[in-house]
Amino acid sequence: MCTVCGCGSGETRIEDGTKHALGYGHEATPDHSHHHHYGAGDAGASVPGMSQSRLIQLEQDILSKNNSYADTNRRYFAEHGIFALNLVSSPGSGKTSLLVETLKKLGKTHACYVIEGDQQTTNDADRIRETGVPALQINTGKGCHLDGHMIGHALERLTPKDGAYVFIENVGNLVCPAAFDLGEAHKVAILSVTEGEDKPLKYPDMFAAADVMLLNKTDLLPYVDFDVEIATANARKINPEINVLTVSAQSGDGLEDWIDWIGTARAKLFAGYAATDAAE
Amino acid sequence: MHEMSLCENILGILLDEAASQNFSKVDRVCLEVGPLSGVEPEALRFGFDVVTRGSLADGAQLDIFEPQATATCAACGTTAVIQDRFDPCPSCGSHLLQIKTGEELRIKELEVS
Repeated sequence: MCTVCGCGSGETRIEDGTKHALGYGHEATPDHSHHHHYGAGDAGASVPGMSQSRLIQLEQDILSKNNSYADTNRRYFAEHGIFALNLVSSPGSGKTSLLVETLKKLGKTHACYVIEGDQQTTNDADRIRETGVPALQINTGKGCHLDGHMIGHALERLTPKDGAYVFIENVGNLVCPAAFDLGEAHKVAILSVTEGEDKPLKYPDMFAAADVMLLNKTDLLPYVDFDVEIATANARKINPEINVLTVSAQSGDGLEDWIDWIGTARAKLFAGYAATDAAE
Repeated sequence: MHEMSLCENILGILLDEAASQNFSKVDRVCLEVGPLSGVEPEALRFGFDVVTRGSLADGAQLDIFEPQATATCAACGTTAVIQDRFDPCPSCGSHLLQIKTGEELRIKELEVS
């Protein structure tokens, strides 16, 4: 459990404990409060003369707390010139293998870091570390997704260099991670050709939230009944703007295009920030 | 499956509001949950009962308002009610739909004492 704010009292574990060294979060986000700050009573407060029932119009987004953590992360990335991607897919789509192959190329010329999310084990972070790239495993316990708060703490542990690339490999799940902004520049949905072409229709929220769909394991296309055109058309029914790239972590096909996409997206993001700064 | 953690978020907001707006009991919570929010209202109800047990919202009535999803077609300009994200425009059949409403996921109002 985090000893500063008491967060993480559930089953979430970040490798090697949790620190608040970078000043992320607690002081920086005024709305970062946990319910246990209020003491033991119903609301930790007894208010004389306030027994009458009353109506409070709130209109507050239920995810507002996560969104404020995500905003803090996004500001941190922007201030440090860091480009962050959130990789989402079902289990077994080849996210980790694709990431390993990406890092073997991109890691030669750029500082890269990886945050791995899984319910249990450090297997994925171990695989990434074998490439020489620093990686941190978050185990969500029973949790089905990473959230902005976990990423903030992970960044404190990982301390990525300015100008780095941070890849966040989310828990393998095409449902829940769609709802949780982590502060990333883009969500990248990975779909492998051994799955169905109709997955974007079955899990529309994820494909609506993603800016790119990577169709992975294309080396298996001759052996499976998977039509790239149909999968692309299905994804665009959900999200007309989505970029689609075909890759094979196994053969290396399409990896150059994917790495080019990362470079272009990064340049576009920071050009946008520069334009905003100039306008102000 | 993340309905449980959403309920924990709801309870967190209730506790924050209790401290700032001076109340100690929540009698009713009214939520707005759009059909495209990725949230299943029944799972939310289940999670709400579990998460609020023993809290200031124990036994609170949970009202869930489910607005319609609407989208505007970028091809023909029609705005229409849709059921799913992959629905085509009912007027021209295009999938170039921009979601207007239906992604809401918020606490609208509270009845407190």
